[in-house]
This record gives sequence, structure tokens and C-alpha cells, in this order.
Amino acid sequence: MMLQSVPSISPGALLKVDDLVVEYPVGSKIVHAVSGVSLQIARGETLGLVGESGCGKSTLGRAVLQLRRPTAGRVSFDGQDLTAMHGEALRRMRQRVQLIFQDPIASLNPRRRIGDIVAEPLVIAGVKDPEKRKQLVYEVLAAVGLDPNLVVGRLPHEFSGGQCQRICIARALVLNPEFIVCDEPVSALDVSIRAQILNLLEEMKGRFGLTLLFIAHDLAVVKAVSDRVAVMYLGRLCEVGPSEQLFAHPAHPYTALLIEAIPVPDPDVRPTETVPIGEPPSPIAPPSGCRFRTRCPRADQRCSDEMPELRAVAPGQLVACHHPLI
Amino acid sequence: MTGNSLLSVEDVTVNLPTPRGNLRAVDHVDLTVGAGRTLGVVGESGCGKTMLSRAILQLLPKKAKLSGRVMFDGQDLLKLSPEKLRQLRGRSLAVVFQDPMTSLNPVLTIGTQLIETLQEHLELDDAAATRRSVELLAAVGIPAPEQRLAQYPHQLSGGMRQRVAIAIALSCEPKLLIADEPTTALDVTIQAQILDLLAREQRRRHMAMIIITHDLGVVAGRTDEVAVMYAGRVVERAPTPDLFKKMRMPYTEALLAALPRLDAAPHTPLPAISGRPPDPTRPLRGCSFSPRCRYALARCQAEKPALEAAETSAHTFACFHPIETRADANA
Repeated sequence: MMLQSVPSISPGALLKVDDLVVEYPVGSKIVHAVSGVSLQIARGETLGLVGESGCGKSTLGRAVLQLRRPTAGRVSFDGQDLTAMHGEALRRMRQRVQLIFQDPIASLNPRRRIGDIVAEPLVIAGVKDPEKRKQLVYEVLAAVGLDPNLVVGRLPHEFSGGQCQRICIARALVLNPEFIVCDEPVSALDVSIRAQILNLLEEMKGRFGLTLLFIAHDLAVVKAVSDRVAVMYLGRLCEVGPSEQLFAHPAHPYTALLIEAIPVPDPDVRPTETVPIGEPPSPIAPPSGCRFRTRCPRADQRCSDEMPELRAVAPGQLVACHHPLI
Repeated sequence: MTGNSLLSVEDVTVNLPTPRGNLRAVDHVDLTVGAGRTLGVVGESGCGKTMLSRAILQLLPKKAKLSGRVMFDGQDLLKLSPEKLRQLRGRSLAVVFQDPMTSLNPVLTIGTQLIETLQEHLELDDAAATRRSVELLAAVGIPAPEQRLAQYPHQLSGGMRQRVAIAIALSCEPKLLIADEPTTALDVTIQAQILDLLAREQRRRHMAMIIITHDLGVVAGRTDEVAVMYAGRVVERAPTPDLFKKMRMPYTEALLAALPRLDAAPHTPLPAISGRPPDPTRPLRGCSFSPRCRYALARCQAEKPALEAAETSAHTFACFHPIETRADANA
């Protein structure tokens, strides 16, 4: 069952997304969920993807894994074009990529025992020896901080949200994948549990040598785990950059707005009355030019006429804006 | 204390019968809110913060057993008739819930719901109520308010729906607004706008407010006082600056430390709180935080610490081994 490794085209980049487009019909209209996103994730890197609900970040995550087939564009993983793969080849490739969802309780089958849930990817991958499966399940449950002997025979409802997320992480890790898309993995969890799961993800990343696409709406959570951060708005990337740089010197007005809007747990930091900048337009009829222009204090005629392309403003920092802040 | 407070919650306990036994949702809670003041109630899921707000509003599940006293504006809410309570709620005591989709009626227009509330509590004819509704929608930042009156909740975004819920809550000039996780379902840029809106309307109307939230960031810059709840009890209560700077209760400290911070470098391990909150159907003998507390000693497991005063009577905490106050930076 060993997967043959294919030499990668661009050394370092495990995942390459080129001009990805995802559109789907709603009634007679088209939702432009992802409109031409390109990004790369290096082996061993965590790329954080932030944006508000409806910006297309989850759709992008799914399209990367081919759980939703993109309308156009290319996704290559370790040099192989996933968008061109079908059937058995895609299924084999999927053993190397996994997904962790937001709602840990809903993503576990309530009628199956934890041991079977975690073993299922092994069954699908063709690990026929039950003893081997059991050994791998026990190892991975212990790795995520659960006592295998206590949990394998139990059902999901016997566990709290935080424990269920540990189980989901164990299931994602059991095939020893290289790449995991984490879609809002901690947003359903309480503060005290959230920190445990974030620490666990970081630990697992080191231990299993993982590469992560970490999708979340909470900028502080994203910063805590990401080497680089990509900011998404209405289906497009606004800005990509190293975490520290992006948060210290945001170049896109939307990034700055997001950072400013975070409530800071410090009574000395008086919340600045945010400029009333309204709500995002519908992805069914996104604005022309720069999609953020309808809420942007710096927008002018050029922003509605011309779509800004991502360009470098600092080492590693790219911004799609005609009037960047730096 | 009762004399100058608008609301005083005195020794309130809420018990809920469940198939697994009695669940003590709120455990001997005392709180006061003065006119025009803002109290933040902070805690994680299951800590009893929502049940406490429902006890104040007298909107508890039917099977719930409530003891204690809730004094609001000189009246004992537990002794009021259902009719009197109904008049009070929506008029001088208003509430905004987390999910505006569940608090708005999906089959009635925004206008009908606003006008109905106004006419229920105030003597207004149709024209005056309509005029007032438009003013209210404009005040909460809804564009084209006249046209919104004819729309249904599902035609609005989550942020707009929450603005409508706030407009309805503010419609009769309440003396106290209880906002139960008002922005949890909303995006961060919308959250900031809604919190600004609440603060602005509160100042303008000199209204008291209770913000119930799991997010310490939400209460930090926007409340006068904060009560931290854990396992049904208030475990620390202090003027907001003191709570963040001179906290005594280890749970408050741990909760704040566990938050990812924007000013921390990426990949900084978070000081997580181990374990999880206790099962509320199985009360612990000692301090309910003791199994997770890094300062806990034998006494913490055997005895329940009472709320006691720190340097000032406004700051209380329930802990046998409180955190020593750090050198006062403001001195």
C-alpha cells in the first residue's frame, strides 16, 4: 500500500492552487464562491486562511481536496494535478490529504463506536489485518491525548465537544497524511478547550510532519498557528503574507478593518468606534473591479473599473489593492 | 445596595430536573446593576449565564425551580402576576438574544413586529407607531427603513436581523437591556458595529445593560463591571479594569491566559486549562474549579470557598488561594 512518491515540480511547495474558480447555481443565479484564487503552501508550513462567513474560504478548502470540483483552475499536490484525477487514483491520493471540520459532534456518526470511527479510514485504505488496524487506532488515540482502552468501545454522545474534536483529529491522522485542511476546527469550542485543541494541532503537526491549511474567521486563532496568512473577501484573496508582518503592517484596507474589529481583552484598549462600513455584498452579484470597494474608505473610480491583482509590497507580502496602506 | 440599584439579584438558585438528576444551573448568585451601568457576565457554555438571564426575565423552562429574590425597579419580579410581568418585559426590561432568527417571528413583517411591540406597551395610533418604527430602524443603522417595514426577517442578513431585534428591544425605552451573546452569531466586522450600536444607544438613553458573553474581549472595553461565572456560581466580580489587572480567582487568570492573542508570536503554545468543567448534575463538594486549578490544595476539594472581598468591596472572589495582586502598575 506504499504510495509511490512523485517528484514535485516546484520544490518546497506541497500544494499549489492556480487560478481556482468555484461557481455553483442557486436557482437561476450563479454564486461566485471562489473567483480566481492562487496560492502555494510549502511542505511543513501552516497557511492560515481568514475571512468572514460567505467569503468562500470553506468552499476553497473543499475545492482543494476535490470534495467540490472546481469550475476552473488547477490544484496540484506534490506535483500531481488533483483536478485531473478521478476514481481510484483520486481515492489513493486522498489518503495523503485529510479534512477536520468545525462541528466535531456532527462529524462523527452517532451510532458507531469510537474505535470503528477511527479505524474506518484504514478499512477504506485497504488495511486488512484487524490487529494492525487496532494497533494504529490505539497509537493515534493515545497521540491525541485520549486513553484508547477507555474510548474505543464508546459512542460519540458520551464525549464533550473538545473530546470529539480530539477523536476527529485522530481519525484524520490515522492514515499518516501529509496535508490537512482544518476548517474552523476550534470555533465551536469554549475558550478553555480551544487552547487545548490548538496546542494539540501544533503538537501533531510537529510529530507527524504535517502541512496545514487552517481556515478560521478568528484572526487571533489563525495567528497563533500560522506561518503565513491569506485574507479572503468575497471569493478573492486580498492579501497574503507572513503572519507577523501581516498583522503588524496590513497592506489591504480589509485586513486592517478585520484587525481593528477584533475585541481586545484589555480594558485599556478602548474600542475605536468603527466607521460604519456596512455588510459584504452578495457573492451572486459581486461588485466590479475590487470586490471590497463598496466598503472601503479608500476606494475611487479606479477600484470600480479595474480589478487589482496581487503584487508584492514587502518580502513575502502580496496585496491586491490599488491604494495599499503600505 | 438595593436602594440605588436598578436590578438586584439576591441569592438566586435555579434547579432543573433532568433525566440524569437535578441540574443546578445557577447556584446562589448575587448581583446588582445600577441605572445606566453595564455589567458583563462572562463564562463558558454550561456555566449558567443564560439561565441566570432567564431567571431575571422570568423566562425559565416550566420545570425549573427558582429560589431567591430578583428586585427590579423596586418590584420583586418573583411576586408579580404573569400579566404584570408581561407588561414589564418589553417595556422597561428588554432582551436581545444570540440568534435573531429565533427571536423574530418568521411569518410577520419587520414593521408588524415593531408596531405590535410599540402599541402593546405605549398608547400610539398606527401612524405614530409607524413613524416611530421608521425612526428606530434608522437609529439602529438600517438603510432605507421605510422599505424594511414591509420585509420579512429572512430577507435580511444576520447583522441586519440583529439590528431589528435591537430596535424592537429599544422601542419602549427600557431601563435595562439584557443582551445574551448578542454578537456570537455574527462576523467580526458586524460584531464591532453591533457592539458600537449598543454602546451608543445605551449612552443616549441612559439605559442599564447586562452583556452576557463567553468572550472576555467583548466585555473588556465596554462594561463597568464584570462577573465571571463557573459551574453556576459567580466566582469573581470586579470593576472591569480590576478584573483584568488585579484578578484574584485562578479561573479568571486561566481563562484570559488561554485566549490566543494578536500580540503573541505565531506558534506560541497557549497555557490551556486542562480537563473540562464539572458535570452540573453532580455537584462537587469543594471549589468546582479545583480539579482544573493549578493552585488547588486539599482544602479546595473539601470546602466550597465563599465570595469574599478583595481590596475593595466592589471586588469579590471565591478562592482559598487567590492570586497575589501584582505590583500596581498604575500607582
